[in-house]
Amino acid sequence: MTDFERLRDDFPILQREINGAPLVYLDSAATTQKPAQVIDAVSDFYRTRYANVHRGVYQLAEEATVAYEDARAKVARFVNAGSPSEIVFTRGATTSLNMVAHGWGLDRFHAGDRIVLTLMEHHSNVVPWQLVARHTGAELVYLPFDEESGVDLSAIEETIDERVAVVAFSAMSNVTGGFGPLDALVKAARAVDALVVVDGAQAVPHLPVDVQQLGADFLAFSAHKMLGPTGVGALWGRPELLEEMEPAEGGGEMISDVQLYESRWAPVPHKFEAGTPPIAQAVGFGAAIDYLDKISMSEVRRHEQELTRYTLDRLAEIPDLRVFGPRDVERRGGVISFALGDIHAHDIATILDENGVAVRAGHHCAKPLMRTLEVAATARASLYVYNTRRDIDALVAGLERARTLFGLA
Amino acid sequence: MALEDLYRDVILDHYRRPRHRGALPHADVHAEGQNPACGDEFSLDLEVRDGTIVAAGIGGEGCSISQASGSMMAEAVTGKTVAEVRDLAHRFKVMMTIEDGENPVDPERPGATLGDLEALQGVRRFPVRIKCADLPWATLEDALTKLEAGDR
Repeated sequence: MTDFERLRDDFPILQREINGAPLVYLDSAATTQKPAQVIDAVSDFYRTRYANVHRGVYQLAEEATVAYEDARAKVARFVNAGSPSEIVFTRGATTSLNMVAHGWGLDRFHAGDRIVLTLMEHHSNVVPWQLVARHTGAELVYLPFDEESGVDLSAIEETIDERVAVVAFSAMSNVTGGFGPLDALVKAARAVDALVVVDGAQAVPHLPVDVQQLGADFLAFSAHKMLGPTGVGALWGRPELLEEMEPAEGGGEMISDVQLYESRWAPVPHKFEAGTPPIAQAVGFGAAIDYLDKISMSEVRRHEQELTRYTLDRLAEIPDLRVFGPRDVERRGGVISFALGDIHAHDIATILDENGVAVRAGHHCAKPLMRTLEVAATARASLYVYNTRRDIDALVAGLERARTLFGLA
Repeated sequence: MALEDLYRDVILDHYRRPRHRGALPHADVHAEGQNPACGDEFSLDLEVRDGTIVAAGIGGEGCSISQASGSMMAEAVTGKTVAEVRDLAHRFKVMMTIEDGENPVDPERPGATLGDLEALQGVRRFPVRIKCADLPWATLEDALTKLEAGDR
């Protein structure tokens, strides 16, 4: 059993003070802080084993390649992929989603085809599909929103018909924390042979995810939202689809032969990794996975669920405060968006910052959802393994101060 | 203390009861501005007669600082000539960029006072929020430039 209080000592930044108060970091949905184990893994790699990968015949290059490929194997095991070659290292979830939209969609979508999305998508799972729609003539269709289930379930069957080429959706909203109706969407998509693309940027860091159970064709996620470095993420894909999919980028490292007018691709996953990859970042990603594995993802989920329940209970005590998204902690993760009276989210964030509490304020790169919720901006507190009830108490104290300053108390 | 200085009563009053709110049907110029990073939006209509701003109408959505700044700006520009408004915008910019403790304007100078706008001085302690206060003024400058270019 993990002592989550002691685990905080692994995160050097949590020793910091902000505006004279201890840092209370509640913005892990944007990016997470890093434990010393990850920082040291990156640093040690640069100090002792760094070289380019898949190129050199010298020993150092071989050691670097082994470290990079070990990280890939760790990522594969983490989501229970069949083989490390099912994991493509990318710059992050955004690149992963673009890779599928372009690599798969550009060649295969046509006028009359439909791309089905939900209204709770992050811009990274909206804009790539808009680009592909523009190039192919395919049409974007949005499933209507429901605050509890993310999607109006009654609309799924009628929307996902034979015209649908792909259903792409987030497993967990970065605004409401709500889980999408994954099983229902997968089932409907399978029934019409549509491709299923899951944005796991929020879900993979916080929940046990098993691609064998998921039923998806592709899963995208980022290292920096799960204790790892920025600049690296992953795309998991079904092996037969990765074989078939075209690379979205060309360059070094992704070819087996280059002639003057055409080239042959390297085997999967390398054909998707043009150029020098984020090598040290991938090694850090592996260390982050080691760290999470040591806690265990079911324990991570249990801790966050308990803390989410506490947060929702404490926020319910504050007059004029409205929480968006599911009430039931079984249906949501630790991403909690809220509005407080007529106080704008930016003002809330400024007031909290004076108390050392870091929350996000704004549209959270999800403008379609903000319009659906009929708010221009929300304040968002998001949790991770290093948060405790003390952090939530500081949040609540800051919100009380905001009410006083704005004459609501 | 800094927060009390930021959220002064006059700012909250302009935030909750914005003056000159609403589009002008006979505007001579219309401009819009936004801060993409935070999503604040501001729009401005001006009616101009013989080089004097006779009416201002504001719209948009955002935080207390951007909306109060816009309301105070609309109040301040109404009845002033375009040249006076340019000068006012300049003095506002100076006020928002100088160090704490310095006097932004020479009090001896005619029309030097910024009136309610001086309440926004508290924003300087919060560098990330200065762009909120600036948004309506950037929109105003855009409107004046359009006006002078005859682009309405």
